[in-house]
Amino acid sequence: MSKLITENHFSDADAFYAALTDVHRELSTADSERLNARLILLLANHIGDKQVLLEALDIAAQLEQ
Amino acid sequence: MVSPCTIRADCPQTVAEKMQKTYSNPIYPYRKSADQEAQQPVHHPVIIIGAGPCGMAAALDLAKQGQASIILDDNNTVSVGSRAICFSKRTLEIMDRYGCAQPMVEKGVTWQKGKVFFKQEKVYEFDLLPESGHKLPAFINLQQYYFEEYMVNQIAKEPLIDLRWMHKLVELDSSSEDNQLKVETEEGVYALSCDYLLVADGANSKIRTELGLESKGQVFQDRFLIADVVMKADFPTERWFWFDPEFHPNQSVLLHKQADDVWRIDFQLGWDADPEEEKQEAKIRPRIEAMLGKDVEFELEWASVYTFQCRKMDDFIHNRVIFMGDAAHQVSPFGARGANGGVQSVENLSWKLARVLKGQAPATLIESYNEERQHGAAENILNSTRATDFITPKNDISRVFRDETLRLAKHYPFARSLVNSGRLSMPCDYQHSSLITKSSALNTGFDAGIAPGFVCLDAPIRINGKDSWLLEQLGNRFVLLYNGEGIDNDELKALAAISDDLVLLDSRELEDKEGMLAERYCISGGQGYLIRPDQYVAAKFKQLNREQVNNALQRALGYQSAQENP
Ligand SMILES: Cc1cc2nc3c(=O)[nH]c(=O)nc-3n(C[C@H](O)[C@H](O)[C@H](O)COP(=O)(O)OP(=O)(O)OC[C@H]3O[C@@H](n4cnc5c(N)ncnc54)[C@H](O)[C@@H]3O)c2cc1C
Repeated sequence: MSKLITENHFSDADAFYAALTDVHRELSTADSERLNARLILLLANHIGDKQVLLEALDIAAQLEQ
Repeated sequence: MVSPCTIRADCPQTVAEKMQKTYSNPIYPYRKSADQEAQQPVHHPVIIIGAGPCGMAAALDLAKQGQASIILDDNNTVSVGSRAICFSKRTLEIMDRYGCAQPMVEKGVTWQKGKVFFKQEKVYEFDLLPESGHKLPAFINLQQYYFEEYMVNQIAKEPLIDLRWMHKLVELDSSSEDNQLKVETEEGVYALSCDYLLVADGANSKIRTELGLESKGQVFQDRFLIADVVMKADFPTERWFWFDPEFHPNQSVLLHKQADDVWRIDFQLGWDADPEEEKQEAKIRPRIEAMLGKDVEFELEWASVYTFQCRKMDDFIHNRVIFMGDAAHQVSPFGARGANGGVQSVENLSWKLARVLKGQAPATLIESYNEERQHGAAENILNSTRATDFITPKNDISRVFRDETLRLAKHYPFARSLVNSGRLSMPCDYQHSSLITKSSALNTGFDAGIAPGFVCLDAPIRINGKDSWLLEQLGNRFVLLYNGEGIDNDELKALAAISDDLVLLDSRELEDKEGMLAERYCISGGQGYLIRPDQYVAAKFKQLNREQVNNALQRALGYQSAQENP
């Protein structure tokens, strides 16, 4: 059974999206890549649950979708 | 058929320069065996090829089970140069069962602390606080040549082992019931035959190749300089691991202490490094000076350049030829699973083989060695591969993740769990093995304590008025460790009569000095554990009865009828 939440779960979706793009605005592609890596690691630990993480990886990897 | 053997090499690029001062390899002389005079090839039940850690462990284990064996080795000494250093608790427990752990622990360096560095900074420190109530330490660092020398010394005390140095297997016919061997010595070639041939001739097993068998896996596109240096400097007894340090940019470096003030230093060199050039002292010295500082005095003891591989055979058994150790499964050294995993494979095989040869188990029991140790080898390869991939990121983005993990690790503890410079070797479990009676089967087991398929844990005890350890009471035969409260005498007699290979041990006869036995095993009145000769739990019983114990024993011995149990 799927455990990853794919319905809206944000308390403020617009604010998050703006913050995400803002934090990258001044960065080179290389630094953006670093920031993304840090963000993924921090969030992944917060989630912790292996099944949720693997489901998210799976959806993320479906680049053609 | 077998071409001349070079020195023991884990990979073709291995090069070594001898400059060793702290240790001189013992020379074990060639001796002529009476078998060489015989008119007909002399037949032996078990012949072992290779007196490395795995071949010697097999002979020692078989001797503990009452089975004689012969070891043939094409060399006249123990391991040469810088190879294994880190031996785990489980390996030491196995060595203790053979009778040779004590000199290893005495000579070895017991350590528990470490530091991880990234670029010029220390990222974090760790302290692997040892769990109390175990006879043996979590791990020791000891040069492989000492480890092997102590095994050779133990073998000298075992009348059931005939270790023949400078006897090289040069031809093998494994097609008939008996294996037919040709063995080369300085006095010529002689023939032998055997029921079972155990092959522990190392990573580049010639015997494997000659039989057309393969060990499959991956070679890591990287080279490592492994240097042993002697220095009296006051570095603490800790494992230091650098990622991308200023003194050796873009690569990793490991520093770890061994016996005799010898320090192991691993320099990652990258795939493009020239191994011939890198092994030159003139090239190595500046690397070490950059690392330790110009004023630290050291002497180079040994240096080799390696590439590492993780690979295994699909089936460790070929007719009556059984592969063990690096010949069967090989790992990169990060996580120290080569010899450790190898010795655990050997102990898995030995008790089974001994019982098959004595007619106490069907020949098919040996197949469970392949089943259980394929699983063990896969786990070791998985762990070693993960560590190698962390140390040598496969592409740019893996490197970004690796570096950011290290940066986060400095401030945020969670990231430290992702830092992987080698996970220390732990024994694998066999909970899904066909030999194990699951506690859920017939609802016979109990939940607390150690689950079926897992290895027994030690505990300090007193028995017959003497201090001892639980693991010293287990092994080499099946043991029923039970709590006799409430079990009547007839039932006990019936249990005791099940098999000569089963010993009953009432936990009430063991004084539980620190309460560890109760904590780790949780055996209440009427309950019990069936423990295999390799100290793994075969089954648990919440209320002992003859039939259930007998069924579990039959299943552990690989009898088909027992397989029908749910
Ligand atoms: C740099 C490095 C670091 C390592 N660190 C660790 C560590 O910290 N911990 C760990 O557990 N492992 C470690 N390992 C792995 C460990 O060294 C091996 O796993 C171990 O030596 C394998 O033992 P073996 O008995 O299978 O084979 P080997 O030790 O290779 O022994 C094979 C024997 O067979 C003999 N032989 C070969 N052919 C014939 C023949 N035809 N006839 C007769 N005899 C023959 C050879 O002379 C040799 O004695 C390390 C390895 C390396 C290279």
